[in-house]
Amino acid sequence: MTTLTVPSPREIIEPARSGQKETMVLNMGPHHPSTHGVLRLVLELDGEVVVNVAPDVGYLHTGIEKTMESKTYQKAVVLTDRTDYLAPLSNNLSYVLAVEKLLDCEIPIRVQTIRVLLTELTRIGSHLVWLGTHALDLAAMSVFLYAFREREKILDIFELVSGARMMTSYFRVGGLAYDLTDDFLPTVKHFLDHMSGHIDEYEDLLTRNPLWLERSMGVGVISAEDAIAYGLSGANLRASGVNLDMRKLIPYSGYETYDFDVPIGKNGDNYDRYLVRIAEMRQSLRIAQQAHQRLVDMGPGPYVTADRKIVPPPKHEITYSMESLIHHFKLWTEGFKVPRGDAYVGIESPRGILGTYVVSDGGPKPYRVHFRAPSFINLQALPHMARGRLMADLVALTASLDPVLGEVDR
Amino acid sequence: MDNVILSQRLREAFPQELTSIREFRGELHVVVPREQLVAVAQFLRDTPELRYIYLENLCGVDYLGREPRFEVVYHLLSLSHRHRVCLKVGVPEADPTVPTLTRLWPTANWQEREAYDMFGIIFRNHPSLERILMPEDWEGYPQRKDVPLGYEEVAFTFNQDEIYAQKHFVKE
Repeated sequence: MTTLTVPSPREIIEPARSGQKETMVLNMGPHHPSTHGVLRLVLELDGEVVVNVAPDVGYLHTGIEKTMESKTYQKAVVLTDRTDYLAPLSNNLSYVLAVEKLLDCEIPIRVQTIRVLLTELTRIGSHLVWLGTHALDLAAMSVFLYAFREREKILDIFELVSGARMMTSYFRVGGLAYDLTDDFLPTVKHFLDHMSGHIDEYEDLLTRNPLWLERSMGVGVISAEDAIAYGLSGANLRASGVNLDMRKLIPYSGYETYDFDVPIGKNGDNYDRYLVRIAEMRQSLRIAQQAHQRLVDMGPGPYVTADRKIVPPPKHEITYSMESLIHHFKLWTEGFKVPRGDAYVGIESPRGILGTYVVSDGGPKPYRVHFRAPSFINLQALPHMARGRLMADLVALTASLDPVLGEVDR
Repeated sequence: MDNVILSQRLREAFPQELTSIREFRGELHVVVPREQLVAVAQFLRDTPELRYIYLENLCGVDYLGREPRFEVVYHLLSLSHRHRVCLKVGVPEADPTVPTLTRLWPTANWQEREAYDMFGIIFRNHPSLERILMPEDWEGYPQRKDVPLGYEEVAFTFNQDEIYAQKHFVKE
């Protein structure tokens, strides 16, 4: 297994500079439409064949983990949106669950159901961006337009609950930022009823399209063993035939009570990754429908935990109770204290296992927050999968791995 | 597999070496001396009944004022047992080295580079221990607790000469 390496840019550039090699070194990015963000790839080419490739990351590094150490636990939620900006609610969830684990507080079933419903919508929305841009990279323009049409609907739903389309910050430690609005459930129902047919539309355009098959079958193959060694997760890992889905393996937020399947691929190539993600969208719909039904049955209820150490008293109490006012003031100026210790929670984000490791020193601010960023780790496998393929396949492969550079660099 | 069984297995296999095995919020935290890290990781990965084959997470933490100052945290996942274990390795400031796990898990490559980049922890025998997120010419290790939150002054036309004069790339 020692043969699986991840070259650094220096290892490719230096031999080329000294003139030891016949191959050509080409710089791709950091600004390049098919790198899906600010990713620089240093390519070693023999004609059009990729001999080696070294991803160079860090162009979007904004020190989110460090900045979180100077915010209170509740305020740091806002920063989590900015990592994987295509799946803000998954990031919120991973962080919030880790802090709640440290606090050891109970979250109402209704809140958990809303969280499940919204993260599954996030997964569909994120996969739609992947599908659209992946197809666009292979010159299938129309899929992009269809995919973004439905993504708008999902963003509208996010706007409905949180007021923001992308940087939602809707999940808070102890619950949600606000309660659901009255038109939330009908809007979601309308979306869920129509989405399945839209997925059929995308499949009509691609699944049996000869050009699509030609460009994606057998490209970027990775075996199950290598995929585990490289720490791949999410659809990238499952396309290689490994059944690893955090929602099933170590369930959180009540996922064990939902009825859904985990789509698994066989060959670990671009086509299988495509099929797995498409199937995942259908499974997400299934989960979202169940969650929606439960919310309809449940009716109105709490949207935060009953633990007053974490959430402020309700607004109406503040108008007549001095203690409640002080309580509210203390929570928003000082924040709540979290017991000393450290906890790790891994959830299944659209890109793979999104882990959050939180260390608390007993104060109101996190001592250390670390994100196990799935895009960052998935990207390591790119050289292994690209070697020996054409440069045009590298473009398809980068899209197929679905990295979000905001999350890679954090 | 649960925390009790695994801690028993670890105590049997490493009776002397593992000083602290404790449970916190349902997680199993095992403190491993750095000389034993590779042996413990290999034991967890290769023992047929354990099979912690997936290195999920690796990161550094700076406990400034505590001895040892740094800690490297590993989270290993067993797919067959649906169980996770957390290994913690203390790293003193005077000699901030840890053996690399890239030979067991290639995925440790970038994660160790990140820990090096952010905390200055040196992973022995790592194939290419270089900065990964910070620029190559950055001095210091930004996520250490004694590095304050800083910012880059924004360059406008009226002050860009002044700002650029301070920059590393101009001095060269």
